[in-house]
Order: sequence, then C-alpha cells, then structure tokens
Amino acid sequence: MYLLLIFLPLLGFIISISFGRYLSPKGTALITCSFMLLSFILSVVSFFEVGVCRCPVYIRLAPWVDCEMFDASWGFLFDSLTVTMCFVVTSISTLVHIYSTGYMSHDPHQPRFMSYLSLFTFFMLMLVTADNFLQLFFGWEGVGLCSYLLINFWFTRLQANKSAIKAMIVNRVGDFGLAMAIFCIFLVFKTIDFCAVFSLVPYFANYNIVFLTFDFNSITLIGLLLFIGAVGKSAQLVLHTWLPDAMEGPTPVSALIHAATMVTAGVFLIVRCSPIYEYSPDVLFFITIIGAITAFFSASVGVFQNDLKKVIAYSTCSQLGYMVFACGLSNYSISIFHVFNHAYFKALLFLSAGSVIHALSDEQDMRRMGGLIHILPFTYAMILIGSLALMGFPFLTGFYSKDVILEIAYSKYSFLGTFSHWLGCFSASITAFYSFKLIYMTFLSSPNGFKNSIQKAHDAPFPMALPLVILGLFSIFIGFLSKDMFIGLGTPFWNNAIFIKPENLNIVDAEFIPVYIKWVPFFFSLLGSLLSISLYLFFSTSMFKLFTNSAVFSLVYTFFNKKWFFDRLQNELIVSPLLKTGYSITYKLIDKGVVELFGPSGLSKSALNLSKQISLLQSGKINQYAFLIFALLIVFMSIGLIFTVFDRHLSPEFITIIILCMFFNAVLKK
Amino acid sequence: MLIDLCKFLLVAISLFFIGLCGIMLNRKNIILMLMSIELMLLAVNFNFIIFSVFLDDALGQIFALFILTVAAAESAIGLAILVVYYRIRGTVSIEYINLLKN
Repeated sequence: MYLLLIFLPLLGFIISISFGRYLSPKGTALITCSFMLLSFILSVVSFFEVGVCRCPVYIRLAPWVDCEMFDASWGFLFDSLTVTMCFVVTSISTLVHIYSTGYMSHDPHQPRFMSYLSLFTFFMLMLVTADNFLQLFFGWEGVGLCSYLLINFWFTRLQANKSAIKAMIVNRVGDFGLAMAIFCIFLVFKTIDFCAVFSLVPYFANYNIVFLTFDFNSITLIGLLLFIGAVGKSAQLVLHTWLPDAMEGPTPVSALIHAATMVTAGVFLIVRCSPIYEYSPDVLFFITIIGAITAFFSASVGVFQNDLKKVIAYSTCSQLGYMVFACGLSNYSISIFHVFNHAYFKALLFLSAGSVIHALSDEQDMRRMGGLIHILPFTYAMILIGSLALMGFPFLTGFYSKDVILEIAYSKYSFLGTFSHWLGCFSASITAFYSFKLIYMTFLSSPNGFKNSIQKAHDAPFPMALPLVILGLFSIFIGFLSKDMFIGLGTPFWNNAIFIKPENLNIVDAEFIPVYIKWVPFFFSLLGSLLSISLYLFFSTSMFKLFTNSAVFSLVYTFFNKKWFFDRLQNELIVSPLLKTGYSITYKLIDKGVVELFGPSGLSKSALNLSKQISLLQSGKINQYAFLIFALLIVFMSIGLIFTVFDRHLSPEFITIIILCMFFNAVLKK
Repeated sequence: MLIDLCKFLLVAISLFFIGLCGIMLNRKNIILMLMSIELMLLAVNFNFIIFSVFLDDALGQIFALFILTVAAAESAIGLAILVVYYRIRGTVSIEYINLLKN
C-alpha cells in the first residue's frame, strides 16, 4: 500500500505520456485523476496508520548504490512528517488534477499537461518519503525538472521559456548547496542514511572539518549548506527571484508549485534535518534572519504588483518566510503546521485566481479587471475565503498557524525572536493590505476590462468549481480541526520525526505572553485591510495623483514595483560578469583556446601538416628514392652503432658530451 | 702473400660511391642509371675477389662469377624494358618517369 501510494502517480504519468494520443484528453484525464485519487485515499490510510496510530513504516525496497562504505538504497521511510507531507501533496495534487481537466480543456496538449502533473507529484512523494539523502536529492532534482517542464508548458512563449530557464538555473544554485551538504555528510558520518546520520549528530557536535586551512564546525557547515538548498527551493531571499517569474506557467501549475509540490520541499528539508539544526545554533540564527527578512520583503513587494498571480506568488514567498523563521526558532512542528494550512488556502487562492483568468480569457492584469463580483460571485466567495485565511482572520485556517508563529517568536525574548516577531507582524498587516487590494481591484471596483471579455465571462464550470469548494471548506476548517494534533501541548503525533532540544522548546512560553501582544497581529491585519479598502474606495484618485506627480513617491513605487531591484542587482553584479567571464575566459580562452589547440583541432591540423610534408617526399623521382634509401640505411646503421657505443661506454661524461653536441647542433642550426 | 687490404678496399668503395652518385645525381638518362648499377655491382664483385684472395678462399671468386652472370642477365632485362618503355612513352629521360606519383 505504501509503495502503491508513491508509484501510482508514476504509473499515471507513464500511461498518459506514452498512450496520451490514443486515450484522448478525456481518457488521460480520467486515468491520471483516478490514480491520484487512489493515491490520496492510500495516503489518508497511511496518515491514519502512521500519524494517528503512531506506527512508523520503513521499507527497504532495493539496493541502489552499494559501494564499499557508500551505501544508498531505495528505501521509504514513513514517519509522521512524511505522512503529513504525503497527505498535503496528494490532496492538493488530486484537486489540481481535477481542476486542470476544466482549466486545460481547450488545450491541445492536455494529456502532456496531466502527465507532467502526475510526474511532479511522484517526484515530490519520492522526496518526502526518502530514507536517505541521495534519494531525497533524486526527488529534489526531479521536482526541479518538472517545474521546468510545467513552467515551460506553453513553450512557444518567450516569457515562459525565460522563466523556466530562470527557475532551473536559480534552483541549480540551491541544488549545488544541497549536493555539497550531502558530500559533507558523507565525509563526516560515512553514511547518508537518515536514521544513522540523525542519531550520530550529537557525537559530532564538536567535530571540525579542515578545508583549505579553514576550520569549519562540521555540523554548522552541513546545516548551512542544507539551508542553501532550502533557500533555492523555498524561494528565500536572494534566490527568490524564480518564484514570481514562475507565474508564466498555467495557473494549476502555480497552485501545485506553491501549495504542495515544490516550495514546501525546502521547509520540509529543514524540518527533516531538525536534529542537525538543533546542534548548530549559528545556522538557526541565520535561518531566522533570512526567513524574517523574506517575509517582510516579499510582502512589501506584493503590494505594488499589478499581476493577479504575482501578488499571490509574493504572498507565498512571504508565508514561506514565516515557515522558515519558525524553523529557525526551533519550532519545526509549527512550521509544518503552517505548511499544511498554507497549502490549502494558497491552492484555493491560486485556483480561484485561475478561475478569474479563465473567465476573462487569460487576462492577468488586475488593472483591467474590476466589477467581477456580479459575474463571478462563486469565485469571489472563494477568493474572499482564501484571502481571509491567508491574512489570519480569526478562526480561519491561517489564524491557527500564523498567530502561533508570531507568538512563539515573541516568547523567545531574544533579539532574534523580537526581530522576527515585529517583521512578521508588519508583513501580516501588509498581507492584509494587498489581499484586500486584490479583492477590491478584481471584484469590487467598477469594471475596467474589455467589453467582449466581460461579455464572455462565465463562472467556473463543475470540474473547476468542485476543487474550489473542497479547498474552501479545508481553508475554513482544517486549521481548527488539526491544531491540537499538530501543535497541541504535549501532542504525541510527531513521535521521533522532529527533534527539538529541550532548552529550545518554548511552545509553553507562548501561552504566557502579554495579551496585547497576542492581539497585535489581528489588529495589524485589520488595520491593513481597512487602510487598503479606504484608500482604494475613497482616495484612489488622490493616491494616483500623488504617485504620478511626486518624484519621491514615484521613486518609491518603482523601487517596490521592481522588487527592490533584486533582479537588476543580480543581473548586473553577478550574472553579467559571470557571463562575460564565461565567454572570454572559459569559452574563448580555455574551450576554444587551450583545449582546442592541444585537443581536436590542433591535433588534426598538425597531423594534416605532417602528412602534407610526408607526401612531399613521394615525388615519384627514382633518383630521390634512391637517395632516401641510402641515406636512411646509413641512419639506421649509425643508430645501431650508437647503441653499441652506448653499451660499451655508458659513462656520465660521455652522455654529457653527447648532450652538449646535440645542444650545440641545435643552436648552430638556429 | 699479404696484401694491403685498405688500399684495395678503398678502390672498391670509391667505385661503389661513384655508382651511387651516378644514380642519385643523374637526372637525364636512364641508361646512365643502368650503367651506374652495373658499376656498383662491379664494386661489390671487386670486394668479393679481394677478400677471396685475402682469405685464400676460392668461394669468393665463384661468387663473383655468379654475380657477373646475374648482372649480365639483369642489364639485358633492363635494356629490354627500356626499349619497350621508349616505344610507349617516346623518351627515356628520368625527369619524365614519374609514374609512381599519382
């Protein structure tokens, strides 16, 4: 059953990619959806067995790499963490599959799309169920590949190509970190098996690695490198640029990437490696800082975006920041709880945004929407639920995890905790601001779209509406229902899947912080949403004048709209020098220069020259042949003579004299 | 009878090299080349005879006779080829005998 849970999506992929043409779009949709549904049911059962009944499952399927010390097998480890992720991944993926049958119904390549979705899910399941780092890396790379394929799904669009390549390359930077981390783990622990590594971590807490005369603490180094991997995948600051650009892909893909299969992988990695991080406080410090800044940064950028999907993308980035700094504050279970909750309302937001885009014939710019509340009431309700859940409105899903994250941040009573708490509160208010801005501009304001696209607009058809309803229910209830199981005081749910050092445990302290601090996130979000509504309702013309006429405000607008110039900084400081170096040094000097000179073309040229000179000897003149025959005869005879001389008088003086003679000969010739 | 080997051998070697130079330096006449080959064979013959006298062994002289015979046959064949060649190509100049090339 456990293996079937993982391999059903792969089976769906193989069938639909190989026989998609014969099965017709509807047939492939049926097959992939039913396989995903089956996989979801199995993951519910496994969630019950492993999570609720607390019986972890460990399957060692087959050896993969078995080479002296190095031993990696195809093994599947189902503990509470894995089954939670399996549940999220398969449920979101099933709904996205069903949604795609409606959303992509007019696309001629629907079978390919469905098969890629299934493959994506398979790799993510592979990633979360891995029992060693190599298999995790396999899933990790597979997820990256599928994101490339899906972002690039409409491969005739230049923007999609660019975004897909960007996603691939930026992820490669993170993957490099992960690969280095795996090398380091093998160097230190001589194994890459999770169980062995995690149980050995305390014994290596003071073990140092010497690299180029620098002395690194092994655990800190491993933690840092693993975090670089997580930064790449989870779109934290510096490597976040691929995530908003990934919006070029079809909307169901965005939902899948953002809710379940891709960006949660980084957070999952951090949580999975909690024993490593618990023994490297320096890295935890770093993680917290990066996470908090990411949360604030992407929220601030999200406000000034005009693309419907990009706003939601930046909100994902911001929520990922929350998850990461929760990890940095050693509250891994809360982080996973937020992953769990976030998946549902983010999928809901994306899928309903997709419904809007679908209804307006692929219009994504919010400035050309407006007034859709009358045409798409159902979608409006869904986006409203999603946005309220996202901004942590009391008793909706987001509330339970987000507020707890902020509370535990405050109750650390350290610089880090306070820092991330206030950044988190500010980003919560900004989140509320742009969520309401999105709702206002899309649904409430007067219609700004084209007449014919509004005339053709229709609310979501059944295959698109069904997932929305389910996700809407999840977004309302799942946080309340699962809170006690995931993060309730003394919950036995996590077993040994997550390790927290006793001195880092502060979930109890979170219950004793001042009441007004507990209220801060709520009031901040309320303030943000009210500000947004009032600004857009009453002051929109004056705001427009302010931003267009005043130089300072337009600078501010440009700064945030252009994402703090991160892309530009990266391009000008890193990418273009690298590109130039790559062209002039590695390409022109090394590849086309040295290697070419001593390699293929130099060799072939010199062989050609040599053969030309030899062929000159073939003059066809008998007298020259005769000369050559005699000359070479004499040469060979004299070689024989020299050898006999050497045999008899092999003294150092003699050799010196010979060498000197040869030297003078060479000099005189010149 | 002890003879001064060196002087005799010098004659043989100079004959051989005259023949060799005749082959290598000659560019015009192929009959000259045949004659040079004959000269080289004669030099070899001379060597055989000198050593047979020096070692007091008749075998060398018998060998010289054989070589003479073979050389005669050889030059006869060479001349015959030359005649045929002249009939076909109309020249016996070495410069134009480059059928080995291309």
